[in-house]
Amino acid sequence: MAQKILASRCGREYVSEGEIINADVDIVLGNDITLPLAIEEFNKIGAGRVFDTNKVVVVPDHFTPNKDIKSASQCKFVREFARNQNIKNYFEVGKMGIEHALLPEQGLVVPGDLIIGADSHTCTYGALGAASTGVGSTDVAVAMSTGKVWFMVPRTIKFIYNGNLKDWITGKDLILYTIGLIGVDGALYKSMEFSGPAVSKLSMDSRFTMSNMAIEAGGKFGIFEVDEKTEEFLERRSHRDYKIFRSDSDAEYEKVYNINCDDIELQVATPHLPSNARNAAELSSIKIDQVVIGSCTNGRIEDLRIAAEILKGKKISENLRTIIIPATQNIYLEALKEGYIEIFINSGCVVSTPTCGPCLGGHMGVLAEGERAVSTTNRNFVGRMGHPGSEVYLSGPAVAAASAIAGRIATPEEVI
Amino acid sequence: MIIKERVIKYGDNVNTDVIIPARYLNTTDENELALHCFEDLDSDFAEKAKERKIIVAGSNFGCGSSREHAPLAIKASGIKAVIAESFARIFFRNAINIGLPVITSGEVSDLIEDGDELEVDLSGGTIKDITKNKTFEIQPFPDFIQGIIKSGGYVNFTRDNIKGK
Repeated sequence: MAQKILASRCGREYVSEGEIINADVDIVLGNDITLPLAIEEFNKIGAGRVFDTNKVVVVPDHFTPNKDIKSASQCKFVREFARNQNIKNYFEVGKMGIEHALLPEQGLVVPGDLIIGADSHTCTYGALGAASTGVGSTDVAVAMSTGKVWFMVPRTIKFIYNGNLKDWITGKDLILYTIGLIGVDGALYKSMEFSGPAVSKLSMDSRFTMSNMAIEAGGKFGIFEVDEKTEEFLERRSHRDYKIFRSDSDAEYEKVYNINCDDIELQVATPHLPSNARNAAELSSIKIDQVVIGSCTNGRIEDLRIAAEILKGKKISENLRTIIIPATQNIYLEALKEGYIEIFINSGCVVSTPTCGPCLGGHMGVLAEGERAVSTTNRNFVGRMGHPGSEVYLSGPAVAAASAIAGRIATPEEVI
Repeated sequence: MIIKERVIKYGDNVNTDVIIPARYLNTTDENELALHCFEDLDSDFAEKAKERKIIVAGSNFGCGSSREHAPLAIKASGIKAVIAESFARIFFRNAINIGLPVITSGEVSDLIEDGDELEVDLSGGTIKDITKNKTFEIQPFPDFIQGIIKSGGYVNFTRDNIKGK
């Protein structure tokens, strides 16, 4: 599927695996951390103006609202660039959300798009049938100048999810299980294609979560086929025309994994790799100091709904802090209308404005030496959320909310 | 181009959070980034890099974030090449794009030890371990990537192409 999109973007019928192509991109995305470097490089290239003011998207979301003077200076630099270049899709604090939740919500992404972003989780938009991947600042500088960038055409690994999902299981459990199965480099340079009856039942929010973490297995793309749910999602958000690409029935895959979801329990990835997937129920002795529910992986309304369902009428453990971060302003508003925010505050959680903040140890929940967090984010590398002597356990929203109540890693059945 | 330097060796899955922790990403100054390079993995890195300027590592080097600050910090630390069994794809393209030589070789990654002296001949396609008196062959880059390397990075390459039009 990704191969067909790449071919269409360099005006060809067919491109072969391993080939290097120079392709047109539909969206070029950057944030407050990667764009300052990209803008410096853009200025060196000397194109003067960006190739298309509608196709460059700027979202200052990592260290915003600004955490210190240096971050404020970087954001100022990015803001001035966006203004001078007349960038149409610049999202200031107030409109800003976490980029990979924001772009689909704003209808900026449609199936068949070829998207690059200077953020590794740009692969999230694969959930909408787009070929979308993370690159570096120099790539973004070149793409902002010319509208094109180089790609190596990847081989594809197909994942077929069969069976039925157990209670509380979401896309996060499926992707942690999958990364546990193939390892953090199991899909290195590859396109991951997610399919099968069990994922066709998943919500779009859960699909975004799965595509989002393709990079944690080394993947270039994490792509779903477009179905009625995708089209319904787009109908309410996007006015752009799009072309749907589908895999050929005789498409060649490097490998096909058949995964039986009947056997998948709630998952937790233990420190310090996302591939250390274990059943949450086996980790009930692990005491924790902090819970984070949010991020580009799990800060969507489904995640907040699940957390609210578990936290309703309960108090979180006195031995920890729980930080909940709706990923966009619209998600925040919806959670407010649904009464979730009230549930969170009454149970002792703090609710933050959208930001990537704690996920990468930036601000809004940095860990001290020896502290341990359960987090719905995407990485648990050494020092990821703060001190190199701290630890992050990755989970979905159900385990995170249950753990907040129990003060240790827990499943919903234990606390409800 | 020939690089003759000694080796600093690391293991598998060296990720961008340990190459340059996010708490230092509020700057683009490469010399400031270099001060914190590998700080959470190897607190002696800066000292080692004064005398040893090739990194050899295991699989999936540079996994994690897209931060180009990672190869920049390594380059600004004086490192002249990174050899690994495999590279995470974003790190790989970032390194190529900024002109930091990255070489994929499982054999080299397995056999070369911390402190060995190497002679890397990028155009000739060989790596010689002087300490062990062993020579390894390396795969040449595809033409397009060689073009970027010859121009001294993707920015120069693009600027040259725009001018050429």
